[in-house]
Amino acid sequence: MRKVSIIGGGLTHFGEHWEISFREMVAEAGAKALHDSKIEGKDIQAIYGGCMASGRLLGQEHVGALIADQLGLNPLPSTRCEAACASGGVALRQGIQAIASGMYDVVAVGGVEKMTEVSVEEASLALGGAGDQEWELFNGATFPALYALMAKRHMLEYGTTEEQLALCAVKNHANAVHNEYAQFRSPITLEQAMNASVIASPLKLFDCSPISDGAAVVILAASDVAKKFVDEPVEVIASAQASDSLALTGRETLTSLKATQIAAKDAFKQAKITPKDVDLAEVHDCFTIAEILAIEDLGFFPKGKGGKATEDGETALNSTVSVNTSGGLKACGHPVGATGVKQAVECLWQLQGKAGQRQVKDAEYALSHNVGGSGATAVVHIYKKL
Amino acid sequence: MAGIIGYGVFIPRFRIKVEEIARVWGKDAARVSSGLGIKEKAVAAFDEDSATIAVEASRNAIESSGVNPDDIGAVFVGSESKPYAVKPTATIVGDAVGASPVMTAADFEFACKAGTTGIQTCMGMVDSGMIKVGLAVGSDTAQGRPNDALEFSAGSGGAAFLIGNDKPIALIEDTYSFTTDTPDFWRRQHAEFPRHAGRFTAEPAYFRHVLSAAEGLLKKIGKKANDFDHVVFHQPNGKFPQAAAKKLGVDAEKIKTGLLTPMIGNTYSGAAMVGLAAVLDVAKPNDEVLVVSYGSGAGSDAFSIKVTKEIEKKRSKPSVQELVAEKEYIDYALYVKHRQKLKALGD
Amino acid sequence: MRDALPLIWRKIPERYTLLGSHCNNCKTDYFPQRTICPHCRSKGKLVDKQMPREGKVYSFTEVHSGPAGFQHETPYFLAIIELPNKVKVLSQLVDSSKDKVKVGAPVKMVFRRIFADGAEGVIAYGFKFKVVN
Repeated sequence: MRKVSIIGGGLTHFGEHWEISFREMVAEAGAKALHDSKIEGKDIQAIYGGCMASGRLLGQEHVGALIADQLGLNPLPSTRCEAACASGGVALRQGIQAIASGMYDVVAVGGVEKMTEVSVEEASLALGGAGDQEWELFNGATFPALYALMAKRHMLEYGTTEEQLALCAVKNHANAVHNEYAQFRSPITLEQAMNASVIASPLKLFDCSPISDGAAVVILAASDVAKKFVDEPVEVIASAQASDSLALTGRETLTSLKATQIAAKDAFKQAKITPKDVDLAEVHDCFTIAEILAIEDLGFFPKGKGGKATEDGETALNSTVSVNTSGGLKACGHPVGATGVKQAVECLWQLQGKAGQRQVKDAEYALSHNVGGSGATAVVHIYKKL
Repeated sequence: MAGIIGYGVFIPRFRIKVEEIARVWGKDAARVSSGLGIKEKAVAAFDEDSATIAVEASRNAIESSGVNPDDIGAVFVGSESKPYAVKPTATIVGDAVGASPVMTAADFEFACKAGTTGIQTCMGMVDSGMIKVGLAVGSDTAQGRPNDALEFSAGSGGAAFLIGNDKPIALIEDTYSFTTDTPDFWRRQHAEFPRHAGRFTAEPAYFRHVLSAAEGLLKKIGKKANDFDHVVFHQPNGKFPQAAAKKLGVDAEKIKTGLLTPMIGNTYSGAAMVGLAAVLDVAKPNDEVLVVSYGSGAGSDAFSIKVTKEIEKKRSKPSVQELVAEKEYIDYALYVKHRQKLKALGD
Repeated sequence: MRDALPLIWRKIPERYTLLGSHCNNCKTDYFPQRTICPHCRSKGKLVDKQMPREGKVYSFTEVHSGPAGFQHETPYFLAIIELPNKVKVLSQLVDSSKDKVKVGAPVKMVFRRIFADGAEGVIAYGFKFKVVN
């Protein structure tokens, strides 16, 4: 297989964008990515786009064609990938596979979601489609509720506390302060997080990622041609994906995401490194409990110790492993289809040393972890500075 | 004649006190409570209706009696608070208890006596050999208009009776009905709440029909009302049954076991049937029970029932008194929320 | 999701009576029903099987912000119930006071309205669970 690198990335600001449309966000992130990669449209050979729920949220399907059209890249083949909140990560993986197979040299991967065009209730229903519609949503489940059911078990089995959950949010807000693309750039205190209104006990407002608009694009190139375009490409040294039961009730356990564990194991094997080697990780913190599960399931901390590690500051910027330097889904925002691609952009910029005040020192290895639904899909990528 | 081979009851968990309703409308709670003979009433939760109550009561009947659902050839649900104006509740019950698809089914409406009419229909079908077992249910989530006298009494609950010939727990020795066109209480098509004729509901309506049916039955079988060990009347409030007992010369003690309205309100189609169930919960073999239902509009079905020794094996679980005791009080605001009286909420 | 009439109708045996599946090959029970046994795949032999109607609370949450269709029911308990055959079921917990809703609490199935398609549409009924003493 050919090796694959990321040569550039582009983001829109994440947040509530009343003034920009879905397609304008795609165009903005795409243009920025092309500029960052120092390539032109004619260099691109194929497009993969992650988007979860444009049909439900906007009445717009056929997002692959829309992306090619908006970027002026017709007649390139352009394909939409959907894996709920892991749509971006899965699109990235499709792009990587397309180059690794030898079919293309340069590919654009985008992710986009416009979630504020409908009411919060409608958006929640659309997001609920990431779970089991017939047996979770139909019975009154929401996504916060599904993660709350996991949190409850984690607290029961490992003594994880509500404070430890809240500290994930406190840390991610602190990181987002230094990210110009983030939805929330204001720090929060533990007290604020603990006193917030309950959404689905034990999860409170600050335990939940927001509803966001945003788009992200990365440009991939075969590693053997990457340096023709940029001086500092970042190589994707592992790309792994796994599936699990769509509904929570089909899982062996509620205190681990098995799909994450399996994808992580595969990814570390491909990368020939261990979790200890990773300097920074963009993990899927749609809820604070999801970050605790992630840092355990990815192997950064033993099972059950994620809460303690967070409390001890081991996931803060420039600590044991810098987790969610972008602010994560919690504070940077979570336009679902864009998230997996945004994570790759953050890893790219960190490894290129372009992350400004949130820069991880001497970052050599980065990891991104994107989850679909309540854990039915997990995608893990590992990146290394070339 | 066919007998009762199983029975079950369901009463929703929420209760509102008469005192709480009186507080909201500035009424004298003690006077209202003693005037109606009602302390509190059962309130269906937002996700309960006469169909869910019918299913729970029917399941309790089937599980307690061990009747094979496949043997049930007819399901009749009596109610004046149907979840669908058109579409039977009886099919919901049939599927939920496993009696469908080889069965006949229909919903009956005759104000508060549709359930006992279902019993009579099942008796006829069993005795004629059309069916082996019939399921007759009376179930309501009765609605009173806010600040109407009915609001103090309209309760929620239901009872299910399995009618058949195989090892009956009680024999239905005879039944007699008295029916006339008497508009004392009604709900017009598309109207949300029923209207009633105030004091007209008493003498020309409730008492005339209840007493005529009882007297007709007693004459037919050659008994006196006070010959029975237990007597159950339809119970729109706590007072009417006491007055009916007095007029028929029944000792006051004999109506106590079957008088639930003071604690759960008037469960309409369920009322006389829940009363009978409460009697069966404690009756001894050979006890004799007189039951007289009443439905506005108007009519009464009277039954002479004799308990057999099978009762000891098939008393229903949970018992009526257990269901009465399992309660959680709500205030008027939660009552309004659960009964969906807050129109501003929309769908 | 509204107007899901065929879906509501199709699932009546599962929703009303907890009808699940059993694989005669690996002897595993499943709820909801499955077409293929995920363990045995082509070797599996799935048949209908009634699930037990009593179980224990495995995990629970109190939902304060409900989705469309459930938004006026808040707060409500949502739980994962573990049945004696190890099958897990996600359900609302009703008729259960707050102090009794605990992991491990015994529960039994009850029959309730799940949701309605507005004031004029079809009503979906099915199982919920309640804590028993």
